Amino acid sequence: MQFIYPRSGGHDMLILNCPYCGIDADETDLHSGGQAHLKRETIGSQDTDFENYLFNRDNPMGVHFERWRHANGCGKWFLAARDTTTLEVFATYPAQTLKPPQAVVNAIKKKHPDWKGWP
Amino acid sequence: MSTRLPTAGRLIDRTTPIEFTFNGKGLRGFKGDTLASALLANNQMLMGRSFKYHRPRGVVASGAEEPNALMGIGQAGRFEPNQRATTTELFQGLSAESQNHWPSLNFDVGVINNYVSRLLPAGFYYKTFMAPRAAWKHLFEPIVRHSAGLGKAPRDRDPDKYEHFHIHTDVLIIGGGIAGLQSALAAGTSGAQVLLIEQTPHWGGRAPVDGAKIDGFSADEWIINTIQQIENMENIRMVPRCMGAGVYDHGYALAYERLTDHAPELGGPRHRLWRIRAKQIITATGAIERPLSFAGNDIPGVMLASAVRDYAVNFGVSCGDRTVVVTNNDDAYLTAIAMKNAGLNVPVIIDARPQATGPLGVQARDLGIRVETGKAIARVLGGKRVTAIEIADQAGQGATLETIPCDVVAMSGGWSPVVHLWSHCGGKLTWDEANAHFRPDPDRPPTGADGEGFVITAGIASGVLTTAEVLSDADAAGKAAAKAAGFSPKRSAGPKAKDVLSQPMAPVWIMPQGASVKKRMKMWLDFQNDVKVSDVQLAAREGYESVEHTKRYTTIGMATDQGKLSNINALATLANSLKEDIPKVGTTTFRPPYTPISMGVIAGEAKGDLFQPLRKTPIHGWSQTHGADWEPVGHWRRPYCYQQPGESVPDAVNREVLNTRKNLGLLDASTLGKIIVKGPDAGKFLDMLYTNMMSNLAPGKCRYGLMCSENGFLIDDGVVARLDDDTWLCHTTTGGAERIHGHMEDWLQCEWWDWQVYTANVTEQFAQIAVVGPNARKLLEKLGGMDLSADSLPFMHWADGKIGSFDARVFRISFSGELSFEIAVPAGQGQAFWDTLHDAGQEFGLMPYGTECLHVLRAEKGFIMIGDETDGTVIPQDLGLNWALSKKKTDYMGKRAQQRPHMQDPGRWQLVGLKTTDGSVIPDGAYGVGNGKNANGQVNVIGRVTSTYYSPTLDCGIAMGLIEHGPDRMGETIDFPALDGAVTPVRAKIVDPVFFDKTGEKQNV
Repeated sequence: MQFIYPRSGGHDMLILNCPYCGIDADETDLHSGGQAHLKRETIGSQDTDFENYLFNRDNPMGVHFERWRHANGCGKWFLAARDTTTLEVFATYPAQTLKPPQAVVNAIKKKHPDWKGWP
Repeated sequence: MSTRLPTAGRLIDRTTPIEFTFNGKGLRGFKGDTLASALLANNQMLMGRSFKYHRPRGVVASGAEEPNALMGIGQAGRFEPNQRATTTELFQGLSAESQNHWPSLNFDVGVINNYVSRLLPAGFYYKTFMAPRAAWKHLFEPIVRHSAGLGKAPRDRDPDKYEHFHIHTDVLIIGGGIAGLQSALAAGTSGAQVLLIEQTPHWGGRAPVDGAKIDGFSADEWIINTIQQIENMENIRMVPRCMGAGVYDHGYALAYERLTDHAPELGGPRHRLWRIRAKQIITATGAIERPLSFAGNDIPGVMLASAVRDYAVNFGVSCGDRTVVVTNNDDAYLTAIAMKNAGLNVPVIIDARPQATGPLGVQARDLGIRVETGKAIARVLGGKRVTAIEIADQAGQGATLETIPCDVVAMSGGWSPVVHLWSHCGGKLTWDEANAHFRPDPDRPPTGADGEGFVITAGIASGVLTTAEVLSDADAAGKAAAKAAGFSPKRSAGPKAKDVLSQPMAPVWIMPQGASVKKRMKMWLDFQNDVKVSDVQLAAREGYESVEHTKRYTTIGMATDQGKLSNINALATLANSLKEDIPKVGTTTFRPPYTPISMGVIAGEAKGDLFQPLRKTPIHGWSQTHGADWEPVGHWRRPYCYQQPGESVPDAVNREVLNTRKNLGLLDASTLGKIIVKGPDAGKFLDMLYTNMMSNLAPGKCRYGLMCSENGFLIDDGVVARLDDDTWLCHTTTGGAERIHGHMEDWLQCEWWDWQVYTANVTEQFAQIAVVGPNARKLLEKLGGMDLSADSLPFMHWADGKIGSFDARVFRISFSGELSFEIAVPAGQGQAFWDTLHDAGQEFGLMPYGTECLHVLRAEKGFIMIGDETDGTVIPQDLGLNWALSKKKTDYMGKRAQQRPHMQDPGRWQLVGLKTTDGSVIPDGAYGVGNGKNANGQVNVIGRVTSTYYSPTLDCGIAMGLIEHGPDRMGETIDFPALDGAVTPVRAKIVDPVFFDKTGEKQNV
């Protein structure tokens, strides 16, 4: 039988590798920046698109892409692909990209063959 | 009665007596006693009162799971409430008091709740909320408030020290019973760094009490040998009195070490929080015995069978003269045999199983103990102590067959593995039908960054019960953990143990199984929160099918013991009521800490001066010795004002305002954020960041700018100076420097990464001093150096040069409406420059001023302040700052958001000045009220005050506020009801927010 437990709240202590300086950083050294790969909506965008950009975020159980800043370190922003339920980190990678690199997508697919993939 | 036995007690030292007090009465125990064992030795079975019904309660357990024997320990600042007597080690001079009673433990008025318990069913509070409002306010709330909370909070400041340890280890082992010891040995032989922690002062756990035999040795001998082997290995560290509190993401764990609770005379830190990062964690956390649910199972003298045995074997304490054992498994027979062997009377073993034919059953009968199978306790008789039990058929409804006098009932409903730490970070459980308990599912462990499990269970915590299984499981766990951590464990055979075969247990969730409602109302599940079988059944009847909802409705498992004894019995009761399987109902969520940890240890060293780092400007020390009344601004401290001897704070502020307007003021503005933005695309970038245009600012000039979030709301403001063709210097608010710098980096790194822009936060590189007032230029000209005439350096310009001997950058900007020069010098020159200005300025009437004077000066001029006029819901248009919104730019942050209809709503509250009709000062945060009432019958609110001060310049109260249609209502009078509900509101007239020098004559000279 399967029991679904929410993760214990309060004291999250992930370790993420900063792709810039190579350090395995404790979560206390990092600032989280929410969902990654958002497309900026601005002048000329529809109200619903702008609303989605400002307020609506994915909250998946499973594969998720996040923005993190190595705030108490090199100061760089980077992105992380990880599983929100198992806490597995598939990859961290530089923020200067519009979508996850193919190698990251492959790493996720290897663990989650049924993952719908990057849109 | 409970008393000390003439012999036995493996943990006590009878040659060292210890004096302590309980509720003021002097008592005596021995070194090695817990408070609970010492109280029992003094025939003190009654140790507390229950939370809801104030029923008399005795100790039930002998360890961390104890729900009843909660004490207030210590005095004054060292007082700690809700300490378990079972885990409190006795020391000379210990003072303990029982809780939750008035006037005394023996006679408690609150017990009245017990007699009206029918009126206090499950969900009592929720149901009470539905009562008429008046009844709640005048009747229920005072009662609930009076009875809320268990222990008393200490009143004095805690004088003790606490500390944090940070440690990395290959393998962390939680639990120092025989499983933990064997795991440590097995992991340690691989060379891995091992940290082994144990919550009690003793190693080896229950094995010695249960009489285990390992490799031909007694458990005690085997433990001593094993500890010796471990101590010879440098890579294993053992820490007793250290409780594994929680397991978190990616191998992080917290442990709580109690260093001097047992020996206050030792000094040093009292508690230590271990913050551990482990590659692998082994939970060798053992198991907890379950109570049985029969009527009167909470009467003092009803105890866990294992606890009765512990007190006899470990502490030489007999809990009573006549012990009835009631059980559904073989383990409790060990208690009956131990009691009999200690020369005590065991009138009967009541076994709910149809037969007891295992070796232990045979052994008990051979000792002459009467064994009744298929039987149940129908009811326990007694008030503050058990006096007798009534026997009935387990299969029946509870008709009494026989009454047996006794003073202890030793119960056992089977054992539940301690799965808390396994579960904290997502380890899953599986239902073990044979042993009727949840145990960790090794196939679904908590997983780490690599997706592999990082927690392994060992021993009874895995769900195995015999000594042989425990040791082989622990040996395998130690080796597996070492291997997973990257080491090669040695191939070696684990220790061997021989177990007495036991007969399978039989789940018994209610006793007898057909018990009447009346009996079920006396069957306690949660002793601490007074939750009974009938309460859980009521919850199920009222539709609470989810175990998480039932928990909150009945409060089961929500007391300080977090349901360590009650949870499984409650789940089973709920499952039976819902006619579901237990695993289908599931468990509630296990959350850290395993047992409560002190507030002090959470804070650690972070208190007082070490609470957080303090940022100091170069002038901080001078201000400290010149009457600064400090105000925290972010991590900075800024002088609110500089008090002269005998002067009040308001008087000092008024003096500073008048002097700056009339003569000359000096302000330490070093905390202002200073960010260099440089590069070929810097202008383009700043045009996106600010609402107004910065790319067309000429070098040598300054411009006031606004920043909004993507959501359109104001986030910061400040003066921007263009230093050269591709360099700008952005001033931010004091609290905003790091945030705005981070904001810039975010957009540069993550959105416009192809733009060539570089930023540097140089806030602390410069001391910045504002020279403000009619005599400002006179002072600077006296010092000599650069030309600061109005023609050479007009308003809103800046220039580099020398002032006296100082390298200076002078900004001709004003936040006060006065002639003003803000002068930046290298931080190292800050104090010298300040001293020079201060000394030379005396002939011009110079006085330093603080942040409150700054506020009054800016409010008199109608300048807004981020954080006062803005609160995250205010857009520039609300503040009449449309002039700062570029119409030329196609885009800037916040522009799209400000196009949304509600941002364009003419009904938005807008900035105006407010002048009180009687000259008084409007209370800060006051709301303005209009005509009529809203749908809730409340007076309509039409605005609020954002800044309010006494203006010494105008000698009256002035304020700024956001008022509906404010700019169109100039001259109208509005009421601001006082915050204390006074009948007469403050009246204020809507005026222009610029109260002083509207044409700017004073600053443009």
